[in-house]
Amino acid sequence: MIENRPITNIVSHLVLIVGVLIVAFPIWITFVAASHDAVRMTQVPLPLLPGDQFFINLKSAFVEGVGNAREQSVGLMLMNSLVMALMIAVGKIAISILSAYAIVYFDFPFRMGFFWLIFITLMLPVEVRILPTFKVVADLGMLNNYWGLSVPLIASATATFMFRQVFLTVPDELLEAARIDGAGPMKFFKDVLLPLSRTNIAALFVILFIYGWNQYLWPLLITTDKSMYTIVMGIKQMLEAAEESPEWHLIMMSTLLAMLPPVLVVVTMQKLFVKGLTETEK
Amino acid sequence: MLKRVHFKRSILPYVLVAPQVAITLVFFIWPASQALYQSLLVEDAFGLSSEFVWLDNFAELFDDEYYLAAFKRTAFFSLMVAALSMSLALILAATADRVIKGATTYRTLLIWPYAVAPAVAGALWMFMFDPTLGIVAYMLGAMGYDWNFRLDGDQAMALVIFAAAWKQISYNFLFFLAGMHAIPKSLIEAAAIDGAGPVRRFWSIIFPLISPTTFFLLVMNIVYAFFETFGIIHAVTKGGPAKATEILVYKVYNDGFIGLDLGGSAAQSVILMVIVIALTVVQFRFIERRVAYA
Repeated sequence: MIENRPITNIVSHLVLIVGVLIVAFPIWITFVAASHDAVRMTQVPLPLLPGDQFFINLKSAFVEGVGNAREQSVGLMLMNSLVMALMIAVGKIAISILSAYAIVYFDFPFRMGFFWLIFITLMLPVEVRILPTFKVVADLGMLNNYWGLSVPLIASATATFMFRQVFLTVPDELLEAARIDGAGPMKFFKDVLLPLSRTNIAALFVILFIYGWNQYLWPLLITTDKSMYTIVMGIKQMLEAAEESPEWHLIMMSTLLAMLPPVLVVVTMQKLFVKGLTETEK
Repeated sequence: MLKRVHFKRSILPYVLVAPQVAITLVFFIWPASQALYQSLLVEDAFGLSSEFVWLDNFAELFDDEYYLAAFKRTAFFSLMVAALSMSLALILAATADRVIKGATTYRTLLIWPYAVAPAVAGALWMFMFDPTLGIVAYMLGAMGYDWNFRLDGDQAMALVIFAAAWKQISYNFLFFLAGMHAIPKSLIEAAAIDGAGPVRRFWSIIFPLISPTTFFLLVMNIVYAFFETFGIIHAVTKGGPAKATEILVYKVYNDGFIGLDLGGSAAQSVILMVIVIALTVVQFRFIERRVAYA
């Protein structure tokens, strides 16, 4: 801060507080709705202060499920989301770090060809090739299972670029020294490069976990079996049911549960999150 | 970009790139080439035979008033999301850059919507604006404004714009803040000594200096609004009422997956690919420029 004028300081804080309130208002409403019973949630106007049904709703949604998706409990959908998010994040990191290692540290024919091939994936988001990709997955018999949910999404140009960037900053002397000590390519990778890129891996993991957790279109296409629903698409099924019999207290409870894991990851690992966000966008 | 010191030729690098390349070929390149190929075909009503029709599918699309309307709607939607979200984020970042006490707390409280899935964000906003029960709808009603996004197309559009922009505020905020932190303090101090107040300093120094960030965010926000908001539209309005919120990505999904018009949907996919490629090129050219700035 340059000058110290109490008025401008107060105005600054006011602007920020109003901003925080606007950003947080939808969540507050959700929390309030999740803490009332079904009867209160049909009376207009809806409450603005929390009620005392929070844990009853929590149990009911978590164990029994909501609306159309009633056969599936929110607990199971959370589990599916977790498995999918972890598979996507770990898979993307694993295959990207290996291909970046090959491209930076090995001289082999078609090296740049492979690099451009990976680069192209950046320009082909799922949204623009919905039908043919669905067909491939169906032909491979990967509908309605975790492999189909995660594998088609784990190719990653951005992660490969990031690791390439990291490896390019590693001093050449490290490889020379490792060689003198008799280390082969895999030993060098495991004992030198992996430990050096530990924070980058962690930062990338935070971003990719959120990316995986929040997938919507892809699970929507390839899961028809209710036992494979992820929580994000489960919410959508509940909203559809809500047009006939609104169970807003349970829907909003599920919504809270759906955003809790990724939000917790962002808030608790804020430094890694910011690092991951700024690095992968370069 | 190859290391000066590197390993000799062997089979190992092929093994290392194999998983990534296999997935790219099977799930990216092959489907994309299929989309390209299908965009040149017309299938008969029973899907038994198909005929090669060159660019007829594209010609048909650009004659189709619904498609052109969806194009305009998508442009409007993206620009509104970008403008709303970026201006709010800019105000918040500019004030957060000033305060000393509580700066990290404010940051924590502002960045978490990034982690909320678009479809979930849609659910939150849909609940607040629910015509019969929603709190905001109730307040609007009390003020004499008749709110029903299920019937009124403009209101539906406004609702999805709000939800999409809300989710994107944190992303924009973080990048604006990082851009402002990179400005040397001496510049701002010099301006203060010359008698420039906070507002003047913002418009004459900070805003011009963060213009690369602003441009980068504009591109990223348009990409976001074009492709990642599918979840919001699908969960909240399903493109309705009367196609009032049908954006291009939703139309590809709807025509292809629900309407089963393979050729037309593939042609739409190809057009979207061209848009992504164009946006990516713009983004990469800009990054070269940003390096030159630093």
